[in-house]
Amino acid sequence: MAAPWQEVVKKIDDYRWEIPQTYKTGMLVPGLIFASQSMLNHIWEEQVFQQVANVAFLPGIVGRSLAMPDIHWGYGFPIGGVAATRIKDGVVSPGGVGFDINCGVRLLRTNLTEDEIRPKIGQLIAELFANIPSGVGSTGRIRVSEKELVEVLIKGSRWAVEKGYGEARDITVTEESGCIKGANPEKVSSKVKKRGIPQLGTLGAGNHFLEIEVVDEIYDKDVATAMGIDDLGQVLILIHTGSRGFGHQVCTDYVALLGESVKKYGISLPDRQLACAPVQSPEGQDYLAAMSCAANYAWTNRQCITHWTRESFIKVLGKSRSELGLEQIYDVAHNIAKIEEYTIDGKKHTLCVHRKGATRAFPAGHPDIPDIYRNIGQPVLIPGDMGRCSYVALGTEMAMKESFGSTCHGAGRVQSRAAARRALRGADVARELTARGITVKTGSMGSLAEEASGAYKDVTEVVDVTDKAGISRKVAKAIPVGVIKG
Amino acid sequence: MEKDFEVVDHTADVGIIAYGVDIRQAFTNAARALFSLITNIDDVEEVLYRDIELVAPDEESLLVGWLNELIYLFDVENIIFKRFDITELSNTQLKARSYGEKIDRSKHKLKTGVKAATYHMLTVDKANGCKVQVLFDI
Repeated sequence: MAAPWQEVVKKIDDYRWEIPQTYKTGMLVPGLIFASQSMLNHIWEEQVFQQVANVAFLPGIVGRSLAMPDIHWGYGFPIGGVAATRIKDGVVSPGGVGFDINCGVRLLRTNLTEDEIRPKIGQLIAELFANIPSGVGSTGRIRVSEKELVEVLIKGSRWAVEKGYGEARDITVTEESGCIKGANPEKVSSKVKKRGIPQLGTLGAGNHFLEIEVVDEIYDKDVATAMGIDDLGQVLILIHTGSRGFGHQVCTDYVALLGESVKKYGISLPDRQLACAPVQSPEGQDYLAAMSCAANYAWTNRQCITHWTRESFIKVLGKSRSELGLEQIYDVAHNIAKIEEYTIDGKKHTLCVHRKGATRAFPAGHPDIPDIYRNIGQPVLIPGDMGRCSYVALGTEMAMKESFGSTCHGAGRVQSRAAARRALRGADVARELTARGITVKTGSMGSLAEEASGAYKDVTEVVDVTDKAGISRKVAKAIPVGVIKG
Repeated sequence: MEKDFEVVDHTADVGIIAYGVDIRQAFTNAARALFSLITNIDDVEEVLYRDIELVAPDEESLLVGWLNELIYLFDVENIIFKRFDITELSNTQLKARSYGEKIDRSKHKLKTGVKAATYHMLTVDKANGCKVQVLFDI
């Protein structure tokens, strides 16, 4: 029997499936799903087709409403969705970024091998867990005043480095140099600030984690070497967190505010969570200014955590920073809206690119990527689910042509948190991870069960689709040996 | 009314359906459902209260606003609420006093962090008593 989606989608090739504009009245452009055929059954059941179609209602949307292969059901926008709107007559939607603004990933390299850290992994994980606040309701070691918070919002990572958290070089290998322009602290409410002050320098809970991992495969030796990934067995460190309650409150405030803009500007939407305002309107500009504050907060957050990670390694292994390596490879945002330039049908357009659970993937030569990667392309960091594996990839020209310089961001959930809890107990998950040689420390066993591998798509399948479709290229794969989790 | 609320599975997030004889009770049960996601509210005592007053364009927005105010107080003041006294509720206005206590990690086991209440699949249905549905981002 034909699968139900077969009547809806038009197959372009093995990894591209178009949702025609006629699928739902009101769509302004078609949808495009990057996926393998075997993924489509689940994507259909998840009602993601509906959500991709709903995003295509946004005024000023260009190209297609995109879904990366890790797509899953979100609120309003699907997670793994990319939508680009014209800044001259299009809209910006806080729901197209999500609550965890600039949730993202930072990757550090080391000069260490798996053999060197194995005997100390328990100590390393315990030290990291003690040094990096995590878990529901966790508060930070950093106490900023409201005045200092304003500086964080304006300066981003640079604030942290000036305060001694990390190194100047870290900033050069961070998307937007860890500070997106246009942040205006006056555009965030006092509630946002109150939520943000105690949480600076915290990992948080949910799917956020810090992982010590080991290089397991290298697909492109030259590119890997350029990133400082030299050999199999080399130790890397992955930090996955975002803007915490600060970003959540920015989104909460602006979804409510822009709900009113929808009426004011006469915009018709199929889902209230898609609330939006014209990019050029005062409301749209205010959101972008507030979102930029949250993005800078998140980069500062990851910068502080990077510093404590280095301190922890230095302390436990008794070696210097230069002996250990611990250089930053890159830092990317997974939830953000950016103003970027694209050429469509030979014409240059300035667009507002919403990435909600998607990674920027700029090719070699793009002016917005750091000098040291200018000749190879932007590193793309794709964490898998806790305990499986993660990938380093590279941005491509194809991404510029087809996906507004974007690719996937991770594994993508297939099982609800409640179902994951029912299927497994946290203690069982911990035991299984231990059996596979992975040391875990968590504040909540329940949250460990929710993040079990079975709750996610296989990240390898996701990354293979983006590689075969050409919107990013695989460079290396790493497997975890130790995890701390909120 | 057989049950006050139920939790609805959703792939990335968690939804709740709350019931009541009227909208006031349904809003109260929605708040209890929220804090039941965060911790076991039977372990929470009523030692302090906070007042919330808010205005929103319609009942649906009022429900989202109400729950987001509670999430805000949880995040900033670390208060877990267990009892809610909604003293005024119109189509566009809500006044409430909520009772609970500050998180005490020795007796409160924290389960899930809730980022926000969303407008996705949001319903306030007053056809037969009152039934409300909200999806949380967690």
